Amino acid sequence: MTVKVQTARSQRRLGPARMGGVAAERLISVGSPILLLVLWEALGRLGLVDVRFFPPPSAIAGTFAKLIASGELLDQTRISLGRVVIGFLIGAVPGVVLGLVMGMSRIVRAALNPMVGALYPIPKSAILPLLLLIFGIGEPSKYAIVASGVFFLVLLNTIAGVLSIEPVYLDVGRNFGAGRLQAFWTIALPGALPLVFTGIRLAWGIALILIVVGEMFASQSGLGYFINNMYQTFQVEKMYAGLIVMSVIGYVSFLILDELQRWLIPWRGARAV
Amino acid sequence: MNDGVRVAARHLGMRFSLRGADLVALDDVNLQVRDREFCCIVGPSGCGKSTFIRILAGLERQTAGELHVEVRDPAKPLTAMVFQEQSIFPWMTVEENVGYGLRMRGVHASVRKRVVDHYLEKVGLAHFARAYPHQMSGGMKQRASVARAFATDPEILIMDEPFASVDEQTRALLQEELLRVWESDRKTVVYITHSIDEALVLGDRVIVMSARPGRVKAEIAVTLPRPRSVYDLKSTPEFSELVAKVWEPLRREVLAGYGALGAAS
Repeated sequence: MTVKVQTARSQRRLGPARMGGVAAERLISVGSPILLLVLWEALGRLGLVDVRFFPPPSAIAGTFAKLIASGELLDQTRISLGRVVIGFLIGAVPGVVLGLVMGMSRIVRAALNPMVGALYPIPKSAILPLLLLIFGIGEPSKYAIVASGVFFLVLLNTIAGVLSIEPVYLDVGRNFGAGRLQAFWTIALPGALPLVFTGIRLAWGIALILIVVGEMFASQSGLGYFINNMYQTFQVEKMYAGLIVMSVIGYVSFLILDELQRWLIPWRGARAV
Repeated sequence: MNDGVRVAARHLGMRFSLRGADLVALDDVNLQVRDREFCCIVGPSGCGKSTFIRILAGLERQTAGELHVEVRDPAKPLTAMVFQEQSIFPWMTVEENVGYGLRMRGVHASVRKRVVDHYLEKVGLAHFARAYPHQMSGGMKQRASVARAFATDPEILIMDEPFASVDEQTRALLQEELLRVWESDRKTVVYITHSIDEALVLGDRVIVMSARPGRVKAEIAVTLPRPRSVYDLKSTPEFSELVAKVWEPLRREVLAGYGALGAAS
């Protein structure tokens, strides 16, 4: 009897508490970064942190605004984005196509798996010197470094996507008279798509890393070059401005990918991968 | 071929080699299915009934004997199958799923829509035409699967334990629906089940298969009048008599199946 009363009470108390919990959580999420910035500013002004390495947020904001106004930062951003998008496409499109073929054909898989297995584990930043030898210091070497990282991630996830398709779906295709090409378009491609997209998300993250690496070591333009150059000339505030842009690019591009995924894979429901 | 016989299996056999061991799934299967007959095949688990149906559906090729299917209308697909497991494509809406067979046969979109709407109405999914399968229950998915098979208007409709994985109440409803749809356009049906009740409720004839290797053990004509009502039917004395008639040969096979399992393990 006592238990019954207690249960009812605690449930009633739990309801409003949980609602308040959500609001509090949001407040904390917004408040904590602001608090951190205020703390950073205060510590800088009080001379408790070295402003040469950690210039106060207000100084960074001022520099950031100036760099945007002069167009310098936007130009570098445009250059980097152009490179990363082109390199991404050069890697992702063949990755999807070859992945579908390897997923559908045991023979092609058997023939190419050893090469993929040997090349995939090499850190792509380690082959930058080789790519520079092959492609020179110009744009193609930047496309190549991004594409090399993107290609393998998309390829492996696409193969896994095709292999994950339930055999019964292929039986349905055969029983209902789908030809090879029809089975490809109506079963293999859409069936593999969720994992293909997982590969694309991972590959995009890698692409952003590789373009910065490429530009730092072998370029006279782009965000990677900009950040590295500001570091070498000890303009730390400008370096921070470059980092902010990288952060925004990463954040916004993953929002776009989320939206693209909802549009391309509507059968997945509301859950994002 | 005898008049009115649509499917005839003669000395049909199927061997697999499984990890070096020779496995005989079907051995000398002889059976006939007549035109517009609802033919149910029951048998113990692993008796090769699914193997038989996969051969009939063109998904496997037998290793012995022959299987004749009489083609009446070459424009129609030979078979359409309702699978046991979840086989509705998750990436297509319900109406795209139901229209799949028609689309693969190049049926014009406007004709397709009419046929799809007709069968969606019949299986009670008209309101879910644009829904994706992940929004539906297991029973609804199997309804869509049934509609997909009917929509292609096949010469032979094949069903492999289509309602095995839904709960009992849903199963009774689905059986009622299937009877209604079938009674309005009597197709030749080959229906696999492990449930005697289901076989008797639905079928014109029940074929009992033996434990592995699968053979035809007995055939029982189901003399119950149509149209049938699933619930009323089960309480009649005729039904109980038929259950006993099917259970007698089946019981021995189920026991033999256990024996074989015991010996193997």
